Amino acid sequence: MPSPSPSRNPLPALAVIALVVVVLALLFAWTGGWLTPARISGSVMVDALQSNTGKIFPGFRRAHTKGICVGGHFDSNGAGSALSTAALFTTGSFPVIGRFNTGGSVPTGADAGQIFHGLGMRFQLPGGREWRMALDQTPVFVVSNASDFIALETASTPDPATMKPDPAKMKAFLSTHPETQRFFDYLGKTPMPSSFANGTYYSINAFRFTDAHGVTRFVRWQFEPEQPFTALAKGNADTLPPNFLFDDLLQRIHEGPVKWHMILVPANPGDRTDNATIAWGPDHQRIDAGTLVFDKIATEEDGHCRDFNYDPLILPEGVAPSDDPLLSARSAAYSVSFQRRAAEGPRPDAITLELQHKGEVK
Amino acid sequence: MNGPTDRFVLPARILHWLMAALILAMLFIGAGMVSTVNDRYPELLAWHRPIGIAILILAVIRLGVRVTHRPPPLPADVPAMQAAAARASHYVLYGLMIAMPLIGWAMQSAGGYPVVMWKGFDLYPILPHNIIVYGQLRRLHGLFAYAFFLLILVHLAAALVHAWIRRDGVFQSMSGGSRT
Repeated sequence: MPSPSPSRNPLPALAVIALVVVVLALLFAWTGGWLTPARISGSVMVDALQSNTGKIFPGFRRAHTKGICVGGHFDSNGAGSALSTAALFTTGSFPVIGRFNTGGSVPTGADAGQIFHGLGMRFQLPGGREWRMALDQTPVFVVSNASDFIALETASTPDPATMKPDPAKMKAFLSTHPETQRFFDYLGKTPMPSSFANGTYYSINAFRFTDAHGVTRFVRWQFEPEQPFTALAKGNADTLPPNFLFDDLLQRIHEGPVKWHMILVPANPGDRTDNATIAWGPDHQRIDAGTLVFDKIATEEDGHCRDFNYDPLILPEGVAPSDDPLLSARSAAYSVSFQRRAAEGPRPDAITLELQHKGEVK
Repeated sequence: MNGPTDRFVLPARILHWLMAALILAMLFIGAGMVSTVNDRYPELLAWHRPIGIAILILAVIRLGVRVTHRPPPLPADVPAMQAAAARASHYVLYGLMIAMPLIGWAMQSAGGYPVVMWKGFDLYPILPHNIIVYGQLRRLHGLFAYAFFLLILVHLAAALVHAWIRRDGVFQSMSGGSRT
């Protein structure tokens, strides 16, 4: 079988082949975002966080860095089934792990300096299913989308000389972002819970709940504490020990379980379900879906909460994301933070170091 | 001149072109999903997992077809070095077709993520939860993806050289088309 000898000039064919390869490579580069520097990826968001922090703490979450592990269960009373077929809302008890955390990005920073409270949770449902949540102490978020998040991180980056953000840059950002000003005003006038245990934790975003009849509603939810609220004396916080929030929770759970009620809040007509900076009006139906009980606590080093990503888009059947653009941005950014700290490998957390220092653990 | 060893057998050709489409789609989905935080991120991620597992299943079937059916030999005038490079690249392509989905499945398992095929159906984890293993496998998944794409570009360029310049029937042995 003789091969036909290449009689023609091969240059035009070579040029076409080169063109095919280059076009495919360019398409790939465009898809990957390398030709569109303005496109925001999870990496861009995490880079903005890192640059705001001023340094990288290898092995730690890039935000809500300081945390502690809790475990317990959720006693569902079945009432949530009125809104969603999620297995969590069928009557019964479901295991849950959680991670209480503060707001900043410095693993050994004092609680007073990064006092914002958060709670990540992983509910284990029958058949290996899960529902993960990442909740905050505020019912609304500071920005409504990823590009504003990056702009805020940039504007609020502390000047290395003064360790404070440039007031002019913050003023410029706030003047064009009244929703962020509203958030700061809300934080300023709202009493801060004195403990992780007596605060309320909110879903931040709205989600789509679908019931057994196929009816879909937008829902936000919150976990309201059974522990009576006491306000933190904000002026005195700086005088408290660096891990006072974590020490307090350790002591409380060693003494007995702490409990919250999961309150489901369906949207009223006119409520914004695609913008987490806008609070919903006051008159809403409230469904108490059950009781969250935490009766175990351990440091991140010993507990089993640190190495999970509390991605708010890991949802059970019966719950789906809303059109809030913040949800996919949170999911993408959390994933990148998880990848980076995983590649670096985890390091001992501040509470473990404190207990080692006190000689309470090895 | 279409003797029995002139072309790849029909199942091999179908698998090749089907998988070519799926793998290219997969590489573009992968690169695209990590490039954005808009709602395409969760959508593309939801496609990435089941297509990956589909590629794994097809790759295993294809390996079976490959070992039970001798592929047509390269023309005798292909230099030995080039023939060796072609053989090596095909081993690597088969390796990546099988390794990439397995690494993806393994890394999501080690990361403690549910490996969701579609809503209501998750795969079992194939590795225990271990964040360090996740971190290394995740890195490998990305690096191998770029290597896979580069190798596909080289493979495509070589195939087109056979089709348009050498015109030696190598391209037709996989396209199934006529040489003239």
